[in-house]
Amino acid sequence: MSTDTLTIGKALNLGLRRAMEDDAKVVLMGEDIGKLGGVFRITDGLQKDFGDDRVVDTPLAEAGILGTAVGLAMRGYRPVCEIQFDGFVFPAYNQIVTQVAKIHARSKGKMAMPIVIRIPFGGGIGAVEHHSESPEAYFAHTAGLKVVAVSNPVDAYWGIQQAIAHPDPIVFLEPKRRYWEKAPVDTDAMPGPLFASRVVRGGDDVTVLAYGPMVKTALQAAEAAAEEGRSLEVIDLRTVSPLDLDPVYESVRRTGRCVVVHEAPVTLGLGAEIAARVTETCFHSLEAPVLRVGGYDTPYPPSKLEEEYLPDLDRVLDAVDRSMGF
Amino acid sequence: MTALRETTEVVDPVPGADAPHLPQQPDLIQLLTPEGERVEHPDYSVDLSEDELRDLYRDLALVRRWDVEATALQRQGELGIWASLLGQEAAQVGAGRALRDGDMAFPTYREHGVAWTRGVDPLHVMGLFRGVDNGGWDPVATGFNLYTIVIGAQCLHATGYAMGVQRDGAESAVLAFLGDGATSQGEVNEAMIFAASFAAPVVFFCQNNQYAISVPLERQSRVPLYQRAAGFGFPGVRVDGNDVLAVLAVTRAALQAAREGQGPTFIEAFTYRMGAHTTSDDPTRYRLASELEEWKLRDPIARLKAYLSRSGLADQAFFDSVDADGDELAARIRSGTLELADPPGTSMFDHVYAEQTPELAAQRAEFEAYHASFEGGVER
Ligand SMILES: Cc1ncc(C[n+]2csc(CCOP(=O)(O)OP(=O)(O)O)c2C)c(N)n1
Ligand SMILES: [Mg+2]
Repeated sequence: MSTDTLTIGKALNLGLRRAMEDDAKVVLMGEDIGKLGGVFRITDGLQKDFGDDRVVDTPLAEAGILGTAVGLAMRGYRPVCEIQFDGFVFPAYNQIVTQVAKIHARSKGKMAMPIVIRIPFGGGIGAVEHHSESPEAYFAHTAGLKVVAVSNPVDAYWGIQQAIAHPDPIVFLEPKRRYWEKAPVDTDAMPGPLFASRVVRGGDDVTVLAYGPMVKTALQAAEAAAEEGRSLEVIDLRTVSPLDLDPVYESVRRTGRCVVVHEAPVTLGLGAEIAARVTETCFHSLEAPVLRVGGYDTPYPPSKLEEEYLPDLDRVLDAVDRSMGF
Repeated sequence: MTALRETTEVVDPVPGADAPHLPQQPDLIQLLTPEGERVEHPDYSVDLSEDELRDLYRDLALVRRWDVEATALQRQGELGIWASLLGQEAAQVGAGRALRDGDMAFPTYREHGVAWTRGVDPLHVMGLFRGVDNGGWDPVATGFNLYTIVIGAQCLHATGYAMGVQRDGAESAVLAFLGDGATSQGEVNEAMIFAASFAAPVVFFCQNNQYAISVPLERQSRVPLYQRAAGFGFPGVRVDGNDVLAVLAVTRAALQAAREGQGPTFIEAFTYRMGAHTTSDDPTRYRLASELEEWKLRDPIARLKAYLSRSGLADQAFFDSVDADGDELAARIRSGTLELADPPGTSMFDHVYAEQTPELAAQRAEFEAYHASFEGGVER
């Protein structure tokens, strides 16, 4: 067994490296990912070691990146596309929604689209406009796409490899403000399937659901709640589409209370879908309505206001209080 | 890859140069050599008074001073990020000073020098990079649109705005700014198609600073960028972007042609990004220091200074006074930036719509109530 302490960023880098070693058809494409190693250095050193035909600095055109990835996938390659920041995926949105997502169905399964679209997502880094978005619902709403969000180095290392090996297109969301968070990673033992949620802290009073950057926030809230004698169960959803809610149902049947946390605006966000399903499935166990904590229905604000926009420990605890107060 | 590099270097005659307002001149248009020697060009000239020449120098020096101060403020944690214009002062000031009242400019995120020429308060630009808002200036009053960060998007807006100018029968022109990297975006190409099809009074002003973050021009284009225009059906021209006189002359001519109904022009201002892409960037990872040294010899400010001194248009007292003005400006920018107040949290709910929705109004009220619940000011 070999265990290293890695940041999420470094774990992604090593995971990409291993995926490229395992499969010569894996091609990385994106803006500034070669010589520079990406603006977050996730692909650092890969072009040097694998060459510029496997780690491709593309022209500055996201529709071009995704559109040519479709063609490469048709030709048997496994493109891994980096979108530099969440807010810059939209020039590629047409290709992702009308082509990437639909080609398998259109071709009655004759053509697979094993494309991974890596997107650093979420806020909290003090950036200017378009660098802090949480666009997951747009993709989760599109049939044919799968969407995962990692929260820790282990899932980063293994998840990126699992995503690349997977036959369907996957929007792979990376919690940019957590890139520098560290944890030990066992690089021999795969921790389990990609499309599975996971209980990351056991508890009895309220079930708190999160994914990506909000998992840490939820865990901090659980820590704080414990000091007040409240026991929160925290589940890292890990996969946003498909959702894996069986562990959630199991948990909510015990706690009777559920709070969903995400950075994306609450209205028509993942929390809405989850609340509906939990209500449909666990109605008789619920002591309180499923509550959502998320971004407001405003554009992501200028950075001086982002702390007030982003869900934090206090807002999670506030929702927990409200849930308990029902 | 070598072949690609070679193709990029080819400079063919400008296709589409038979347009009435453009010369049959393929090469870099220059009125001031890097050594500060005034040269004539068969098709472009500027007739500037001595005061106007000195004012141009003042513009260049002051925007550079602003830029230096902003970079320092970012380093000291007072700005989230800064996109430096170092090296591109002449391209921006030359283009900006070619605009007239009633014209409209559509900048990217780096056009602080153009903002200066439009009378935008530098503090409004600083506010954006500090994160208090998305740019506090009035785009209508200044004729200077808000910064657009999504690469290339503003080229379509500029074109549409120009189509509006055309419908109004107005005698104005529109100047769309873009980078070399931006020329790869579909939207930029769509803008050029619309502009050509409708003969819109828009000028595409591309600062080819040789890089899109780390990616060199050769990854974006196998032909000199100004040659792209021919394929869209309008003239393209390459100007020495570090020569403020040439930039002014070329941009004035193109804007005037647009006003007179001759349609769009593409201007490639050949320049160099002397600093990092932004304060978050580390250019040592992708380019050689020697490249910068070479470009320092073509510095846009040094050459105008050399010209003004040599021709006796300015003396040391003048340059000293500009330096003093620069220091005063920098001090004003520094203290003004530090005084920029954080906006109230509720402001994020305002202006989302022209007509506020009941839902959002309710959310705003909840937000206020929530923050008020931290009595004793635990929260702010
Ligand atoms: C659609 C989009 N994709 C990616 C980015 C990230 N990005 C910001 S600046 C930049 C490079 C732009 O290069 P260029 O057009 O040459 O302008 P310059 O920065 O050199 O002035 C990139 C890729 C963005 N802002 N918008
Ligand atoms: Mg550039």
